[in-house]
This record gives sequence, C-alpha cells and structure tokens, in this order.
Amino acid sequence: MSAYVARRLLLFVPTLLGASLMIFVLMRLVPGDIAQILVYQTGSEQSSIQEKQIAQIRVELGLDRPVLVQFAVWLKNAAVLDFGESFSQRRPVRDILIERFPRSLQLAVLTMGIAMIWAIPLGVISAVRQNTWLDYLVRVVSISGLSLPIFFTGVLILYLLVKFFRYLPPLEYSALTENPVENLKQMIWPALAQAYYIAAPIMRLTRSQMLEVVRQDYVRTAFAKGLSDRAVIYRHALRNSLLPVVTFIGWWGGRLLGGVVIMEIIFAVPGMGTALVQAVSFRDYPTVQAIVFVMALIFLTLNLVVDLLYAWLDPRIRLA
Amino acid sequence: MRHVGVRAGRLLRRQPLGVAGAVVVLVLVVAAIFAPFLAPHGPKDAAFEQFVAPGREFPMGTDNLGRDVLSRVIWGARLSLYVGLASVLVGITLGSLWGIFTGYYGGFADTSSQRIVDCVMALPPIILALSLMAAVGQSVNNVILALTILLTPTAARTVRSVALSISASPYIEAARAAGGSHLRIVLRHIVPNCLATYIVLVTTNVSYAIVVEASLSFLGVGAPPDEPSWGGMLTAGTQAMETAPWLFLFPGIAISLAVFALNLLGDAIRDIADPRLRGGLG
Repeated sequence: MSAYVARRLLLFVPTLLGASLMIFVLMRLVPGDIAQILVYQTGSEQSSIQEKQIAQIRVELGLDRPVLVQFAVWLKNAAVLDFGESFSQRRPVRDILIERFPRSLQLAVLTMGIAMIWAIPLGVISAVRQNTWLDYLVRVVSISGLSLPIFFTGVLILYLLVKFFRYLPPLEYSALTENPVENLKQMIWPALAQAYYIAAPIMRLTRSQMLEVVRQDYVRTAFAKGLSDRAVIYRHALRNSLLPVVTFIGWWGGRLLGGVVIMEIIFAVPGMGTALVQAVSFRDYPTVQAIVFVMALIFLTLNLVVDLLYAWLDPRIRLA
Repeated sequence: MRHVGVRAGRLLRRQPLGVAGAVVVLVLVVAAIFAPFLAPHGPKDAAFEQFVAPGREFPMGTDNLGRDVLSRVIWGARLSLYVGLASVLVGITLGSLWGIFTGYYGGFADTSSQRIVDCVMALPPIILALSLMAAVGQSVNNVILALTILLTPTAARTVRSVALSISASPYIEAARAAGGSHLRIVLRHIVPNCLATYIVLVTTNVSYAIVVEASLSFLGVGAPPDEPSWGGMLTAGTQAMETAPWLFLFPGIAISLAVFALNLLGDAIRDIADPRLRGGLG
C-alpha cells in the first residue's frame, strides 16, 4: 500500500506542472497579445509611436522574455501563491481567485448534492423493479438526461420560468453569507440543470451495482433468515453497492468544473468560469493560467483521493 | 431475402432502442448529405423578413437576420455530423495507433506517453478546448483540431490497456515462440483484437464530439457565427428568448435528438461489438 501511495504522490506534482506548462504555451500561441489589445482598443491606425508603446508594455509585463523563462518565473511565484497581476482587471489574480472560487465551489457542491439525492434512490428502485415499466421509465429519463446538452437544459429552464411562471431568477449575485435566500434563488437553477445531466450516469451505475449485489449469496442468506425486503435492500444490498458509486461521484466532481463554467455564464453567476471566459477573450494570461491551474489542482486532487480511497477499500487494486 | 427479414426481426427484438436510434441517425445522415436539395433556402441567405414566427411559409420561422431557420437546422446537421465524424475518426484512430504501439512495446515510450496523457487529462475537457480554440482561432477545421487533441489521449489510454492485456496473453507468447515478427504479431493479433474497442470508442464519442462542438459555439469560440452550427444558433437565439423562442428551441431540439439517437445506437453497437462491456456505465 505505501509503495502505491508513494508512486501516486510522486506523479501528482509532475502532472500538475505538465498541465500548467501546456496551458502556458497554448496561451502564448494566441494571436494578438494584451499589449496590442491595450494600445489598439482606441481604434486608431497603426503608427510607430504605438509600436513603441506595445514594446514598452511587453517589457513591463515580461512578455519579451522566452516562454520557458516566463514559465519559470510564474512557477517560482505560484509556489508562494502569488499569481501576478491581472492584465484586464488591474488587481492581483489571487484576489480574483479568493473572490470567485467559493462561488463556483458552492455551485458544484449544490449540483452534486441534488444529483445524488435524486439519482441514488431512482437507481435502487430501477434495480429492485428490474424490467417493469417503472424500470424502463427511470432508464429513459436517465438516458434523456445524458442526451440533453447542459446549456440547452439551462436555457430551457430559464425560458420555462419566464414563460409560464413570469419569474426571472436574480441576475445580480448575492453572497451566501449575506443573503442566503437571494443566493439560492439564483444558484438553484444552474445546479438543477447540471444535476439532471450528472444524475444519469450515477443512476445507471447504482442500478447496475445493485443488480449485481442482489444476486450475491449473502443477500440470499439475508432473505432466507426472514429479513424484510426493506432491511435487505437498504442495509445489505445498497451499502455494498455504494462503494463504486461514491468513488465515481468523487471522480465526476472534477469533471463538473467544465459544466460549471457554462452554467455560470447562462445564469450570470460571477464565479471562476465567467472570469475564465472573460480572461481568455482579453488574452489575460495570468488570470487564465491561475484559474486553469486551480482547476487542474482540484481535478488531480480529487482523482488522487478517489484512487487512494478505492485502493484502501479494495485490496485487489493495490496489487495490480 | 427471407433470411434478411428474419435477422432484421431478431435485431429489432433484441435492440429495439438501438434500431430506433439507427433510424434517426439515418435521417440525420440523409439530411446532412442532401442538405442542398432538402433545405428550401441557403443557410446564409438573409433575404426574408426578420423574426417571422413558424408558419406555412417558414416551418421553423426566420431569425434576427431574416434567415430561414429550417434551412439552417438542416445545414446544421451537415456541420455537426462532419465535425463529429471527422474529429472522432482522426482522433480515435491516432489515439488507437498510439495506444497499440505503446501498449505492445512498453518500456520508456509507454511510461512517458502515459505521463503526457495524464497531463492532457488533468484539465477539464471544455477548459482545454476553450484554450485551444483561443490559441488557434475560430473556424470549423480548428474545432475539429481541438476535438482531435481532446479525443486522442483518451483513446490512447483505453486502447493501450487493451493492447497491454493482449500482449500478456499466452497466444502472443506462442506466436512469438513460433517465430512471428513484431510486425506480424501486431498486425495479425493485436490490431484485430483491439478492433471491438476501436468501434465502441468511435460510436460512443461521436455524440460527445457534437456536444463539445455545440458547447464551444455556445461559449463563443466555436465555428464562426454565420456558419449554421446548432450550438451557435442556440446561443444567438437566447438573445430573443421571450419574443422568438423558436430561434433557440429548434436548434436545441436538433442537438438533443441527434445526441439521443447516437447514444442509443452507440449503446446497441457496444452490446453487440464488445460483450465484456455490457452493463457498464457509459
């Protein structure tokens, strides 16, 4: 076990650095940099004075140095959590992260919570009533959840709310700590829209796990000794089928981030996603770099935790 | 002829949802191929009154620039399927070759390529695609490029693990003992045994590629705005959601229907091609 943990931990840092370097190089391939945007945004013709201005801004921001040198500098500062100054917002990127991150996290947690509350019981019902109309209904709902792109679900929810309930969710963000009611009024809809999508694989996995477990000997034993259906299903079968489901949920937690970006844009939540899309369009390298870094960090950490948890719970994996 | 009928009947009974999916996919393919003949107008003809509600003349109405929505949805099938198929075929094929090579030879090539795959997969796919599109600029072919870069490592990882387990099996040892060259073993034994995985990867990823294409258009970094992309049309439609809901509804329904049908078809093909994966989660 300790060798497995050590190997996984040793891979963590290089992978994170590799992913960061990849984005770093990518962002520098983008045609047109921030210096050109800042100088030309007035809309005037190119001139030698502007060329000079551009060169000056590039030196100021360190953009004139080789990419690898820039990356080394960035890395050195990132190690002490200094992500530089945002080009477009003119304030430290760290402040942007501190402001935006909790909002995206709240949205992600809310989404996952709703998805679990709705998917796991349905998965159990679908398995217990296998091949009945209820099972088919649950499965059709689940596969349709996988087929509706989340941005369509999001827009559709917004449209139905306005059209049939004459209700528009607040487009002005309120902090959870200051005004929890207003905050949830805005956050609940994007969470529902994405939860519908994520619930589908969770439901299918719960169902297939349950189907496998209810055929095990110990479940037959539990029935044979006269336990009620409810006791067998919830105490014996469900508990044993939840392990892969829980780890799968952990793994999905990371993938959720991409969807959160889209949801934030539709429902005007000023989180990391909106900041990222904005920063990409302004060629705001430090902000893009830092947000992607944080996302990769969360993603890798979740994967690591899930894998270690799995290995700890299931000895067969450690030996593989 | 009777045999064909019997077999079709059996397929319909065993995979009713898969057959339904195949029918819808067929309709989409026909729409994509014959778009110039089926669509009543050109996808970029801004020649009509703006914001006409769906009716006899324009079954799906017209948009903010006076273009026929039905025509754009039909042409959109061509764009979506083209992007989906092209990126999946290129990405999964490259990834599979990569996976077969590294899985069979192992060693440093394998370890280092797995670390590269780790790095690519450490980023949420949409985020990676967004950054890629920002770097290469908006065009249909660049969307395909971004999707290819997204799909290749995933395929490489899956196929590599299959190739690895095949390489370790006794019949490969036997083939080697019988004097088979590496090339012969790879071509005669490894490649055919990876074929089922390859087919499954292709069929299950087309719908994924279509959704990512639409998501990129939605984020404003996909195909250029005048191209008839379902994702782009949906985004543009949200601007006039209350007054002209048909502008986002029809492209949205088109995407969902295509993805739904492709998922059903993909599930059925997976069941047929690779019984080991039956009852999985995808």
